[in-house]
Amino acid sequence: MKKGMLLLTGLILFAITVVGQNYVTRTGYIRFYSEAPLENIEAINRQVNSALNSSTGEFVFRVLMKSFNFEKALMQEHFNENYVESHKFPNASFQGTVTNISDIDFEKPGTYKATVEGELTIKDATKKISHEGTFEVKKDEVVGKSMFTILLADYNVTIPSAVTKNISPEIEITVEVQLKKM
Amino acid sequence: MAKGYLGAFILSALLFVSGALKSQDLFDLFGEDEPVTEYAFATFKTTRVVNGQSIENPPFGELKFVISHHFGSVNQGYYNLWGLDQSTIRLGLEYGLTERLAVSIGRSSFEKTFDTFAKYKLLRQSTGARTMPISLSLFSGMYLNSLEWRYPDRENYFSSRLSYVHQILIARKFSNKISFQITPTFVHKNLVEKISDPNDILAIGYGGRVRLTNRVTFNAEYYQILTTETAKNFNNMLSLGFDLETGGHVFQLHFTNAQPMFERAFITETRGEWRKGDIYFGFNIVRVFSIRKPKI
Repeated sequence: MKKGMLLLTGLILFAITVVGQNYVTRTGYIRFYSEAPLENIEAINRQVNSALNSSTGEFVFRVLMKSFNFEKALMQEHFNENYVESHKFPNASFQGTVTNISDIDFEKPGTYKATVEGELTIKDATKKISHEGTFEVKKDEVVGKSMFTILLADYNVTIPSAVTKNISPEIEITVEVQLKKM
Repeated sequence: MAKGYLGAFILSALLFVSGALKSQDLFDLFGEDEPVTEYAFATFKTTRVVNGQSIENPPFGELKFVISHHFGSVNQGYYNLWGLDQSTIRLGLEYGLTERLAVSIGRSSFEKTFDTFAKYKLLRQSTGARTMPISLSLFSGMYLNSLEWRYPDRENYFSSRLSYVHQILIARKFSNKISFQITPTFVHKNLVEKISDPNDILAIGYGGRVRLTNRVTFNAEYYQILTTETAKNFNNMLSLGFDLETGGHVFQLHFTNAQPMFERAFITETRGEWRKGDIYFGFNIVRVFSIRKPKI
């Protein structure tokens, strides 16, 4: 019986180690940028939810679409009403993993290259993506940064012909999350 | 041996459970989103339902250039190409001084009228942390008739050329598709034609829109004159139209029985009759300019 208890305690400890350390933020930053002949469109969201598990490498995002701010109110209105239909699809999300998590030493401050792979869901479309970025390990926090592009067509965002010169089919995404140790 | 099985079972169960819950756990770390106040936006596509004011203001730092145009009445037949030969026009500028306050100036060809107005958002429909079922705005406009003086027996006072409109705009966006607005209106004219004409007139406006597609809405608007004396001589205004939106423009195409495009005249001086085809085809073109860009 004693041996059994010992085994169970050991297993629980093992499980906790496997689940590992979590890093979380609710104030991450995502910017998107569209460069088109007639105008450039920029939007920034500073209320991005993101979490990272340092041992499994699991990395998730949840982004409230209505929290994207544009310089022109009309752009914001069109973004929500016409393009991402945020009343129907309030959140975008990403669920993936840092494929080279073992290369990152969370005990040793420094900047580490990383590859993140997973599924990005915007509106009703989910697509597998894989992009490079960096993790900067600091005391009690990790700063994740990446920059990549997505195609609007992949996520069922259609651009009417009248504004093809105003909106690029390719959108540049900049991500910066300051994840705090939990 | 049995213990060995038990150990293996517990181990695999733990691994399985932790594996299955892991990503869900990570999402759970975000907790419930803190309740934020979400204001209803785009109750109408632009600052007019059709002719009349809508609950919308130009946002802070945004200038709207509004070109309103009504052709002649459509029942004039071939000779005037069903009204297309004639036109009444208003040019206006509207600017968002703050998120809540908008100001405007305009000039109409109808009675060569200059107009200016201010519109203030008192209440904003919202959900979340703060709940407000309606939006409410206050509107005050002043109109200056600049026609040559036509009463030789009357003194030509500047004040005689002025008239005023005050409105309370109460609107609700019921859903992404349907919005409705009710607009109690008070009109004051400093000078009226006949002694029997009232200087103060009450009216009430009803307006609504149905969103047909993401970029097209159907709008309807009705203004009812409540002051009996005025109602005897003039008609209530009924306007039906479509809003078409492209990038920085909104096009409003409509039919209405009111020839003029400024509040005092289309609310209290509408002469056209729908039954007789005495209606006007018209359009508003709204072009948006960003004057001051808020930091994002």
